[in-house]
Amino acid sequence: MKRTLQLFSIILATLLSFQGFAQDIEIKGTITSAEDASPLPGVNVVLKGTTKGVLTDVEGKYSLLVPSGGVLSISYVGYKSLEIPVSGRSIINVALESDLHSLDEIVVTGFGSQIKRELTGNIARLKMAESAEMPMTTFEQGIQGKAAGVQINQGSGKLGQTMRISVRGQSSVSASNEPLYVIDGIPMTQNTDRREVNMMADINPQDIESIEILKDASAGAIYGARAANGVVLITTKNGKSGRTNVNFGMQFGSSKPTNVLKFLNTQQYIDFYRMAAGNADVLDGYDPSDEDSNTSYMEDFFQTQSLGTFGTSNQADTDWSSLAFQKAPQQQYDLNINGGNEKTSFYISGQLLDQTGILNGNAFGRISGRVNVNHKVSRRMNIGINMGLTRTLNERVSGDNSFGNPLQLVALPPMTPATDPSTGLPVGSPPGDITVPMYFNNMLYLGNAYYNTTNHRNITNVYGDYELIKGLRFRTEFAVDFLNSHIERYYNSNTQRNTGAPMGIADQTFRRVENYNTNNYFSYIKELGLHGVSATLGMSFQNSTDKTMYAEGQDFPSDSYKQIQSAARKTDASSTRSDFSFVSYFARANYKWNDRYLFGLSGRIDGSSRFGANNRYGFFPAVSAGWVVSEEDFLKNSQVFSFLKVRASWGVTGNAEIGNFPQLGLYTGDAGYAGLPGQRPSQMGNPDLGWETTKQVDLGIDFGFLKNRINGEIDVYSKQTTGLLLNVNVPGTTGFSSIVKNVGSLSNKGIELVINSDNLVGDFKWKTSFNVAINRNKITELDEDKPIEGGISSMSRAVKGQPIGTFFTVEYAGVDSETGDALWYKNTTNADGTIDRSTTNSYNQAQRVVVGNALPKWTAGLSNTFSYKGLDLSALFNGVFGNKINFYGAGRYASANGRFEDNQTVNQLDAWTPENKDTKVPQARLFYNNGAQASSRFIEDGSYVRLRSVTLGYNLPKSVLSNIKLNSVRVYVTGQNLLTFTKYSGWDPEVNSDDFATNIALGYDFYSTPQAKTILFGLNVGF
Amino acid sequence: MIIDIKKWLILGGVCFIGVSCGSKLDLMPHQSIDETAALATSQDVVVTLNGAYDGASSTNLYGGTIQYTGDLLGDDGDVRFGGSFATLDELWRKTITTNNTQTRDTWLSAYSTINRVNNVLSAIDKVTSSEKNTVEGKALFLRGLLYFDLVRLWGKDFNDGSNTSNLGVPLVTAPTRGVTEEDSKPRATVAEVYAQVISDLTKAVTLLDSEPVTGFASKGAAQAILARVYLQQGNYAAARDAANAVIASGEYALEGSYLNAFTDASSETIFSIVVTEQDGTNYLNTFYAPATFQGRGDIRVQSKFLTLFEASDTRGAFFVRASNNTFSSKFLDRFGDVLVVRLSEMYLIRAETNQRLGTATGATPLNDVNAIRSRSGASLLSVVTLDAVLEERKKELAFEGQQVFDAKRLKRNIGSLAYNSPTLVLPIPQRETDTNKNLVQNEGY
Repeated sequence: MKRTLQLFSIILATLLSFQGFAQDIEIKGTITSAEDASPLPGVNVVLKGTTKGVLTDVEGKYSLLVPSGGVLSISYVGYKSLEIPVSGRSIINVALESDLHSLDEIVVTGFGSQIKRELTGNIARLKMAESAEMPMTTFEQGIQGKAAGVQINQGSGKLGQTMRISVRGQSSVSASNEPLYVIDGIPMTQNTDRREVNMMADINPQDIESIEILKDASAGAIYGARAANGVVLITTKNGKSGRTNVNFGMQFGSSKPTNVLKFLNTQQYIDFYRMAAGNADVLDGYDPSDEDSNTSYMEDFFQTQSLGTFGTSNQADTDWSSLAFQKAPQQQYDLNINGGNEKTSFYISGQLLDQTGILNGNAFGRISGRVNVNHKVSRRMNIGINMGLTRTLNERVSGDNSFGNPLQLVALPPMTPATDPSTGLPVGSPPGDITVPMYFNNMLYLGNAYYNTTNHRNITNVYGDYELIKGLRFRTEFAVDFLNSHIERYYNSNTQRNTGAPMGIADQTFRRVENYNTNNYFSYIKELGLHGVSATLGMSFQNSTDKTMYAEGQDFPSDSYKQIQSAARKTDASSTRSDFSFVSYFARANYKWNDRYLFGLSGRIDGSSRFGANNRYGFFPAVSAGWVVSEEDFLKNSQVFSFLKVRASWGVTGNAEIGNFPQLGLYTGDAGYAGLPGQRPSQMGNPDLGWETTKQVDLGIDFGFLKNRINGEIDVYSKQTTGLLLNVNVPGTTGFSSIVKNVGSLSNKGIELVINSDNLVGDFKWKTSFNVAINRNKITELDEDKPIEGGISSMSRAVKGQPIGTFFTVEYAGVDSETGDALWYKNTTNADGTIDRSTTNSYNQAQRVVVGNALPKWTAGLSNTFSYKGLDLSALFNGVFGNKINFYGAGRYASANGRFEDNQTVNQLDAWTPENKDTKVPQARLFYNNGAQASSRFIEDGSYVRLRSVTLGYNLPKSVLSNIKLNSVRVYVTGQNLLTFTKYSGWDPEVNSDDFATNIALGYDFYSTPQAKTILFGLNVGF
Repeated sequence: MIIDIKKWLILGGVCFIGVSCGSKLDLMPHQSIDETAALATSQDVVVTLNGAYDGASSTNLYGGTIQYTGDLLGDDGDVRFGGSFATLDELWRKTITTNNTQTRDTWLSAYSTINRVNNVLSAIDKVTSSEKNTVEGKALFLRGLLYFDLVRLWGKDFNDGSNTSNLGVPLVTAPTRGVTEEDSKPRATVAEVYAQVISDLTKAVTLLDSEPVTGFASKGAAQAILARVYLQQGNYAAARDAANAVIASGEYALEGSYLNAFTDASSETIFSIVVTEQDGTNYLNTFYAPATFQGRGDIRVQSKFLTLFEASDTRGAFFVRASNNTFSSKFLDRFGDVLVVRLSEMYLIRAETNQRLGTATGATPLNDVNAIRSRSGASLLSVVTLDAVLEERKKELAFEGQQVFDAKRLKRNIGSLAYNSPTLVLPIPQRETDTNKNLVQNEGY
């Protein structure tokens, strides 16, 4: 309203002056932004030394009567002011240079916002505009590598799968380690199962203005019991008053896998397995000519698996490894319209995304729309709505641990032809022999099966705020997050070998999650002289209900029928429901003195249905302070330091993500038998159960040198988590395997460094942004210090004194050069306390030891942006260092020196023979486990550096644009994952298998899909 | 409009200030009930008993794992395990590791089921008097059966050394309500576990009705398992009498053809686990049947076994071929019930024990063996020896889970392994030794 008054007075003044100075000339012009040439409405154009002036209109135009010798003073918030002598001109167009300091950015803090300069906590702010040209199925991909201490592992190249995001390490062993996601103030419904489709893909990344990640406790404590893993605040775009902008964007491109592993070809396979079978015959005491011998078996196998083509001129040499992948084109169209006037601003958008995955049968599509409207009802009152509506369709592929996982094709012998010569159909199709190939040929899924998840998501937030007295506002928000998910699976008769349903099987699941949330809070801002105060006080309530319904049917009249109605037998059905609620009260106060001394205080009381009757409410306080040293007299005029702030914070946050009702002693009625209903004791109760508590101390320095051309921040933190919500293993003889208890503690300590620099300014610009983070995780206490195991063959464990994700297994010692036996280090403790490092070929004689960890020791991101006139080039590298990957999942079959008939990776050709004694690959022995036991043999360094994205773009110059009557035109080409540097021998080092990943079992590769390497062409047009 | 919005804002403020939302935190689950209300009525106890049988039907137990464990562990080249499941491969190769997930899960499922049984028994007084005996009998049967198989798998054989000092498995006979130090139970001796088994089964015999109930215990089922128990102990007279009682009850009859013995309708089934399309998994189908019968086709029959049969013996043709392998036809029905014990075994126990004792309780050993042989078309014997009875047992009961236990009681080698080789005893799962310091690991692990 202030501006309206200003406007009024200015107009009045103009009118008055008009009468007084008749000799004035009229000048006209357009004021634009120098950055993107967009017109700037509302710019103050004043005749210097007078009150005479105007504001530019929505198209940035102004006209004013001034003396020809006068000087125009032009000013606008966020831009450098200019003074321009009229010098008799009648047209004066001005391009204003931005004066927005990164320090003046407004940072969203949760129930409010703050100027970055005044922050006392650690909040990473990411503008999505910087990622908008990357191929993004979900927005998390756009922040990968960009924020210090925020580690993202996409897990696999399957589209729209859940990924692992950790903020400042892992703060839980059994509960969730994912941050809380809050979109426009609403805690979102989040994934609880890694095998689900990623619910974050229901948000159009192009609708996101910024993402703030609350990393330390003083920033996060306002989210109390749910902030221990950090909080991700998503703010969607809104319009600005002024011109109505129409932006259209399109992208098209295609992907392929970053890496395809090499497996034996037919001749290699035959030679290798003849050797393996012969070696096994020696051990078994079989004469190779014995019908039961391994050699006879293998010769039969060659015949059967080749469908009789073995040894003929038609002998096949199928490269199954490549057949798992398909052509993967993608296209994306975006349209948004935004604008507004003094009272109302709006943002309307739509997106169409159509992506084909690199893996056979995988695709993702999204149609989304958004309407954000903000309206000033009166000088005091503001109302608005943010509404996003999305439909996503994920054409999924089977979990990693399924014969339906396309990558498991690599196990098939190369002599098996892809097409059955007797039927002309894909091998394994009825009426051909369905027992060939050796495992299910999952290429039969193509056209014969589908596994689709369709999500309809509506996230809507309506809000109103009202200024009660000057500086004191009350805001109320009511929000819904509705998720309707429909999972349809269908497998026709051709897939019977894998489904066990000779006449087809289908199942469908409907899931509806209704998540209601309301926030109601007061906020107060007051500046008095050198003092500044801001405060927030409020409450929120959230209730979520998750219902599912499931039905399965088998035996369809023919493969043309796909709905369960047609199934002769309805073989399974179920429905489930689970609820949770949170009631929370929160308060925050910030005080600053003279822009130098900053203090913050916040607290939240959280109650949740998830916790025991004896421990239902928790209190989560935080304090913080900052000292803007550069405002002190001794630095104020420093030529070097343009900004320097030291800050410190301490606070308590919690983690309440352990599923619903863990505190209750329960019986469950799912134990029916022989057609009779049954119940079973399912869970032991714990009325004392509460949240995990994380106390975090953060010390930070924000700095800027040389007029802020080099700026950044350094943080050191220590997070101590106590009362870990543990699924504590109990003796199995109790009839239970675990009970949820608050026992144990762990710590995360780390250092984060962010440096941004404008290396070159002027026509040729070069900006660099670098971040690096070190985090050290350590479990300091567990229930009676019993380790908790997880992962394939229990190779991972949570154990006192070690980080989460520790690989604990037998240590591989290579090959006995005389016998070809696999060897292990005994690692037993001698009587004198020393460790016996001698080797043994008896696996059970070797003790398990710590052999590495799946968590990276440090992570880093480096982005460089170059621009010259309309051309720009940006490149983002990210790196993950010091972590281990467990290839055992695939390796125990695929790199197991011929233990099974599974085709082997080519490195197994180095297996021990009397002529090749110096090798790490034991002797090949068919059906013998010679070194394929769980051991460090398969645990490899997972460090990598990756060219995450590189974009070359060109903006058409103004001169051309004005001719074609467009506001902006940009063309670009983006490459994603074009380069990967790693020593990892598997498909891709960015891996975390969907079927095996747990908090403890990290870094498993189980025929997991490699990441996609994508090239994309894009066009953006602004009207 | 403005006024409406004001009202709405005020409403929000009132809710904020005035309404206590605390009661909104008292949510209860919708598919589970509180344990304190779970065993209140007779019906509650009966459905918990069903839950116990559901536990026993797990693939980790009598859904198949207990059977194939006894078979693979006792195999001496009759089959080849060709699948990628390391858990089974380790059993077949007798190179079991302490982190074998299947043996771990079998242990966990067994005790979970025992806990369900113990819950039933703890509330047995709630059951209406007309049902009380059968409910108690069915519960005791299950506990006896489970402890018998647990002690056979994790302990040394009854007659291998001293069963009063050899360790069996922990004995838990009361329901778990919470976990304390008391729950870190040490292993009872082999003899103590056998005593519990015999006590449970003997009591079950007195409580249960004779009439068989598909999928549940009956008097005959308890007697049949008792016959196995006594046979394992070398208590031949008791084994003979128990087996004879089952045969003499007249509740069961040998099927006219061998094939029919492996159908759900078989009249010789004494106890089996019910599998339907909607519930349960026949894990023997999974591993013994080829893909053409919805199995994985992992356990392949070698010609060494095939050559045991004379040409006329239909048991020698009870196989299917798929790709280049031969598979047993006993488990071809994916939704077929999983056999635990059948009448043929009782004939063979009675024959063996009568032969050993020189008695003819119920029938002569020769008649019992010929009864088994004749229905399969095998030539009739004119004289019978102990070895002949035992060979008949192998041919008749192959793949049904008794192989390793027979080797142990008969003190016969399995390949190059002596009957009492420590590798033929399962290791206490690593998980258990980690969580319960009172557990002593078996020799060799």
